[in-house]
Amino acid sequence: MLYAEFEDTNGADKTLKEIVGHDTEADFADANGAARREHHREIELKLILSSNTKGWNFSENIIAEKNLSNEPWEFGYALAASRPLALKASAKRCNFCPQNFILGAELYGGLGDRHSFGLPDTSHYLAPVAGWNLPSGWTLHLSPGFGLNDNSHKFLLRWGVSREISGFDQLVRRLFGAKS
Amino acid sequence: MKPAIVALLASAMLLAISQLSAGNTSVSHGFKALQFHLGADTYAELRKAPERAVNRPNPLENDAEAVAAGKLLFADHCAECHGNDAKGGRKAPSLRVSDVQNATPGTLFWLLTNGVVRKKMPAWSKLPEPQRWQLVRFLKSREEVPPAPSSSATRP
Repeated sequence: MLYAEFEDTNGADKTLKEIVGHDTEADFADANGAARREHHREIELKLILSSNTKGWNFSENIIAEKNLSNEPWEFGYALAASRPLALKASAKRCNFCPQNFILGAELYGGLGDRHSFGLPDTSHYLAPVAGWNLPSGWTLHLSPGFGLNDNSHKFLLRWGVSREISGFDQLVRRLFGAKS
Repeated sequence: MKPAIVALLASAMLLAISQLSAGNTSVSHGFKALQFHLGADTYAELRKAPERAVNRPNPLENDAEAVAAGKLLFADHCAECHGNDAKGGRKAPSLRVSDVQNATPGTLFWLLTNGVVRKKMPAWSKLPEPQRWQLVRFLKSREEVPPAPSSSATRP
């Protein structure tokens, strides 16, 4: 999957959705009042590779991000492995069946930028991941991340709520008047 | 706007879109009852399974709960296209025909795993293998139903 995103944020936005380039804990030292005046308009491209084997899901993300104000391309990575607690589905609908819970781990961090590609002055994290697939189709994710080097934050907490909408393309076509 | 509010609004929008999607689907199914147009090659992909896959036995053949579990999996992942009773829907053909019912468990497992992407049948390799075998048990437990004759309900 190829994923593209545009972000328009200011320096006071301390959310770390992904780690790229030379992102380090020191970037967060500026006071919000001053940082708010700084604007970031960035495009981000992500190549997401995913494979399944013996009940395990392995995914690898390669991230490239470009600040549109004449900054170099920055790069990052994320590697993850996860597995449901049970591989067989239950014969009854249930919220707490083991097959609804996913456990795994991910490793992510920066890879420098176009001028200084590599690991020096980058930050990296190791994070256990827990997921809960609800029968209603919603999935909850929680991932506490632990910094692996001096440039990293000591602790990050990521969480997410997601839902796969099947037939979304057809819904969009219908909204724009296409006949099914 | 604070990130938490943005996340909340985005979740609410996703929920609304998913409900709208579900609503539209049921309306169109109930209202028009259109059927997938059967072509001469609709089930041809089944005949492309490699011999090794065809001969693969279902490890859950004697699992007492496999059919019931497969029924729930079918409702979650397959019914939207193939219909609640697997007799076919607007987007995908009936699975209660001789081509499917006479196919070996290994053939069905192979097709589920690899999909037929050019015909919009997704690859279900993201489901763990035992769940794919449970789906195969459910499909093989269905009775064969002769395909409906061509009529105005058939998409041209």
